[in-house]
Amino acid sequence: MTEQLVRTRPTGGWTGSLRRGMERNLPPAKLLPDEQPSYVASWIYVFGVLTLTALLVVVGSGIVLSVRGPDWWHTSAVGHYFNSVHLWSVELLMVFMSVHLIGKFFMAAWRGRRALTWITGAVSFIACATTALTGYLIQQNFDAQWISTQAKDGLNAIGVGAYFNVMDFGQMMLWHVALFPIVVALVVLLHILLVRRRGVVPPIARAGAAGDRS
Amino acid sequence: MTGAPLAAAVAAPVNLNGPGHYVGWGIFHFSVANVVMVAVIVLALIAALLLPFPKGRDRG
Repeated sequence: MTEQLVRTRPTGGWTGSLRRGMERNLPPAKLLPDEQPSYVASWIYVFGVLTLTALLVVVGSGIVLSVRGPDWWHTSAVGHYFNSVHLWSVELLMVFMSVHLIGKFFMAAWRGRRALTWITGAVSFIACATTALTGYLIQQNFDAQWISTQAKDGLNAIGVGAYFNVMDFGQMMLWHVALFPIVVALVVLLHILLVRRRGVVPPIARAGAAGDRS
Repeated sequence: MTGAPLAAAVAAPVNLNGPGHYVGWGIFHFSVANVVMVAVIVLALIAALLLPFPKGRDRG
């Protein structure tokens, strides 16, 4: 079957070229590996997966909150619980992602043609931080009021206050539950696919042994 | 222990019911909560680098 695909003259159209690109860059063995290099057996390599796990809890609890609505999460015991799960999973997400980011920075994780992996990771950090900011703005409490009145000065100073108005509750609510989750999901998905394509970056001391070019 | 006593016991270590606490260093001002989070991140990073990773079973 593979030989047939190779021998068949490539057909036109974006679906065919996309399929061939995926087959070439992301074969199943790379996409869902069951073995990893020995240097991955270190706690510093665990924080990427911990970040993803926290993100899944954030998304799951966020879906529950958006389905039931503010009357529920502000007044019922179960609503308070899911509200807290959403908050603390975000706190853990940012802690795990910070450790992941610092660890990868000191590993120079952009080595071995992994520049785009590094860039998408940095962009997903910014996207998650911005999503978290809009979440803090829609808590409907004094903390949210304090954050919005502090943030507006900084955002106005860089000239984006008219487009990203942290004092506009409706805009912040919609960006938090609709716009930013799409951005985060797309960037994180691209980041994971790039990690699978290039593999996990080896430690600097092992780079030569692993055949990795800096 | 249920209800109010449980809530009081959980809240006792960190009492958030009041004005925030801040520390200053020159022109820099940090909330204690942020300093604690930065310390947690640094400790997690050091622990991740130093703690031995458990060895899995050899799958042959």
